[in-house]
Amino acid sequence: MSIVIENISKSYGKVSALDTISMDIDQGELYGLIGPDGAGKTTLFRILTTLLLPDKGMATVAGYDIIKDFKAIRKQVGYMPGRFSLYQDLTVEENLHFFATIFGTTITENYDLIKDIYVQIEPFKNRRAGKLSGGMKQKLALSCALIHKPKVLFLDEPTTGVDPVSRKEFWEMLKRLQEKGITILVSTPYMDEAALCDRIALIQDGKILEIDTPGSIVKHYPKPIYNIGANNTYRLIEKLNTYEHKHSVFPFGEYIHYTDRRDDFNPKALKNYLETEGLEDIHIEKTKATIEDTFMELAKQ
Amino acid sequence: MMEDTVIQVEGLTKVFGDFTAVNNISFHVNKGEIFGFLGANGAGKTTAMKMLIGISAPSSGLAHVAGFDVYTQTESIKKTIGYMSQKFALYDDLTVRENIRFFGGIYGLTKTRISQKSNQLIEELGLEKVAKSLVGSLPLGWKQKIAFSVAMLHDPKIVFLDEPTGGVDPITRRQFWEMIYKAANNGTTIFVTTHYMDEAEYCDRVSIMVDGRIEALDTPKNLKHHYRSESMNDVFLKLARS
Amino acid sequence: MKRFIGFVKKEFFHIFRDKRSLFILFGMPVAQIMLFGFAITNEINNVDIAILDRSQDTSTKEIISKISESEYFSILQIVKEEAEIEDVFKKGKVKAVLYFEKDFSKKLVKEHTAKVQIVTDATDPNVANTISNYINSILSNYQQEQNRAITLEYQILPQSRMAYNPELKSVYMFVPGVMTVILMLVSAMMTSISITREKELGTMEILLVSPLNPFQVIIGKVFPYIFLSIINAAAIVILSIFVFHVPVNGSLVLLGLESVLFIVTSLALGILISTISATQQTAMMISLMGLMLPVILLSGFIFPISSMPLPLQLISNIVPAKWFIIIVKGIMLKGVGIHFIWKETLVLFGMTLLFIGLSVKKYKIRLE
Repeated sequence: MSIVIENISKSYGKVSALDTISMDIDQGELYGLIGPDGAGKTTLFRILTTLLLPDKGMATVAGYDIIKDFKAIRKQVGYMPGRFSLYQDLTVEENLHFFATIFGTTITENYDLIKDIYVQIEPFKNRRAGKLSGGMKQKLALSCALIHKPKVLFLDEPTTGVDPVSRKEFWEMLKRLQEKGITILVSTPYMDEAALCDRIALIQDGKILEIDTPGSIVKHYPKPIYNIGANNTYRLIEKLNTYEHKHSVFPFGEYIHYTDRRDDFNPKALKNYLETEGLEDIHIEKTKATIEDTFMELAKQ
Repeated sequence: MMEDTVIQVEGLTKVFGDFTAVNNISFHVNKGEIFGFLGANGAGKTTAMKMLIGISAPSSGLAHVAGFDVYTQTESIKKTIGYMSQKFALYDDLTVRENIRFFGGIYGLTKTRISQKSNQLIEELGLEKVAKSLVGSLPLGWKQKIAFSVAMLHDPKIVFLDEPTGGVDPITRRQFWEMIYKAANNGTTIFVTTHYMDEAEYCDRVSIMVDGRIEALDTPKNLKHHYRSESMNDVFLKLARS
Repeated sequence: MKRFIGFVKKEFFHIFRDKRSLFILFGMPVAQIMLFGFAITNEINNVDIAILDRSQDTSTKEIISKISESEYFSILQIVKEEAEIEDVFKKGKVKAVLYFEKDFSKKLVKEHTAKVQIVTDATDPNVANTISNYINSILSNYQQEQNRAITLEYQILPQSRMAYNPELKSVYMFVPGVMTVILMLVSAMMTSISITREKELGTMEILLVSPLNPFQVIIGKVFPYIFLSIINAAAIVILSIFVFHVPVNGSLVLLGLESVLFIVTSLALGILISTISATQQTAMMISLMGLMLPVILLSGFIFPISSMPLPLQLISNIVPAKWFIIIVKGIMLKGVGIHFIWKETLVLFGMTLLFIGLSVKKYKIRLE
């Protein structure tokens, strides 16, 4: 086991940030911690990187205890915190050189590990880090976190606020890193990124909702979901929300994901109802649950 | 400008030194529309928005927002629109009520009106228990919903939303969008930028900026058809990569 | 060791790339010294006075010409009536009025006593005092000249000699003091924001999750400023010697070494402030407000410590600047060697170790 977390709890005053969290992450796994702001992701990361002490529970990273052996952990992990935390007034190259030096290595020693990532920002190596675009800052931060060949990589919301293209590229880089044997724990609020992980843990309000592979986690969704579309989305949502048998009504892109309370739900009846309420071009079709549906269902409970 | 057009943009350009951030963009937005303004980081979205809300002067081109000229009538624009951004919307160290009172005052509402709106807002969002709590202590999703309502306090014709749902949990995100739908249904025009491509689908029309230019502008349905894509996410990837 | 060097290198980058800090580091000290040296003096020069001469005879004329010849005074106007005196003061330019009584010379010869009144504007009591003293000494001189012919039975002739500063130049007092204040404030300010800046920017998180230990970080942050502050100190000494002609009677080398020690003490104090401040603003406030007043008031810079009530005298012992001022005045003005100031040196040394030790202890190895 690369990371073992047992019943970790942490509160800030009266606010409970983490409530009895337990997880196991295998060596070489690309593990996703999925949840919105305030779920407790950053707190958990800070505990695992030994920056915070938990109130209760224990955890080990690469075999070392987070409380007793924190010095050993700090030498061996790579950490990319939530917001950009490199030196803005140092250049790309100076930042990389600095982190290599304080970890007792050189840029050349582990260059093969960061090569794919670094070549994209190498043309800017003499530019101050503060003047890089969002995507480039990410790549630099990742390079600096990898330069000492860590066994475990902690990435706290590396893609937040970044456009879909850069996000996709970033995850492709992570997959390639995984091939080199590094255990990677990533947190993200974007549910679509969860599909790229080996396993994911859904977290909300300091509690784990569910842990499974992306493919299997949707099996936890209890009901059949229907895509419903009409000519006026707002009216459609209104009408569905006031429908007596509705269980859940959520907009999902161009359609509404609808679930019904009844086990013997007949879409045709719903279609008629909607037509009488003045909606046209009604489209109702069964669809598969997504990770986001599952998350929302589990969060409600 | 037609009766129904609330935003009219022609050849709008913004240059910083030798870098052209916004390059000759043209489009219009109709009353009551939900208009999605998308683009990669650094594509020029924020710069363009700043010009439309009257806080940055264009280098060239024309634009009218709610009938006012963005060069000469920025104060009128600011009075007529609502604005909410992800980075800042409310004061964390003021309570919910205090925030409403403050912004109400800024928008020029009378005391009675502020009081009315305050109660209405708190009731609609179910915030009775936290009305006297500091905004900073509330979850992000609640903050964003309150911020949106505050941006709507003075019944603006157009509301500009800059990545309003970043990091918000999926349920609250959707509740937020239901609030947007309701406002649009009542005639408010919504101009929104977002990185959630599924939210792009909620819009009536979407424009996608790449390197300072508008490379696509149409309904989500047409865009998906044109780019042979299943989702707006794919459309975006195809456009941005080309 | 390599880690340490890498860290120091980074600190140098930060210092030289932040234009504002560079200005504070180099610009402020020079500006301050110039200000204090030139602008602020408690000597008097060219003070405007007025004369009311009821006698207008040879004696008064001789005295008046002596006064107008002196560089300290310049006669602005002649007053005719006693009633005019107050008016003249209210106008503000005249600081003193010399009022000679009627028949001055006659009384001097016949009765051996003549009166002259010195009326000063004492809204600034220090200046009024000085003016009064200077005028008195001019009158005294005149008197002595007149008395050469007469021999009195007993004469006590006080001869005051101001050792080390015969002309009572205030610059001699100010320069060592200003040097101390500046070195301390600038050093402490610079290092006080150093650690807090990392906390504020978020880079502290990454620094913590690394093999660096608190000792390396603290010493690494103090190191670059030692060199830069030495340059500052040297500039101040050069200015003092060549522009203000303050003597350096003792060893320059000793002065240099003691300055380095004091610099390190101040830097260490700054780092201590840094470890306990959450934001740069707090750190700046503490070092500016919290240090500036004690240093100016309790270090013996302007106000003599020996005249203060006992509790304040005791408190002044914990102000590092107090010890350094004794050292600097000793070396520059009195020319003493190490055997006279070893005690003060030891105190500074001890304080430095204390500050560094406390900093290491207070350095937070976690985020809470």
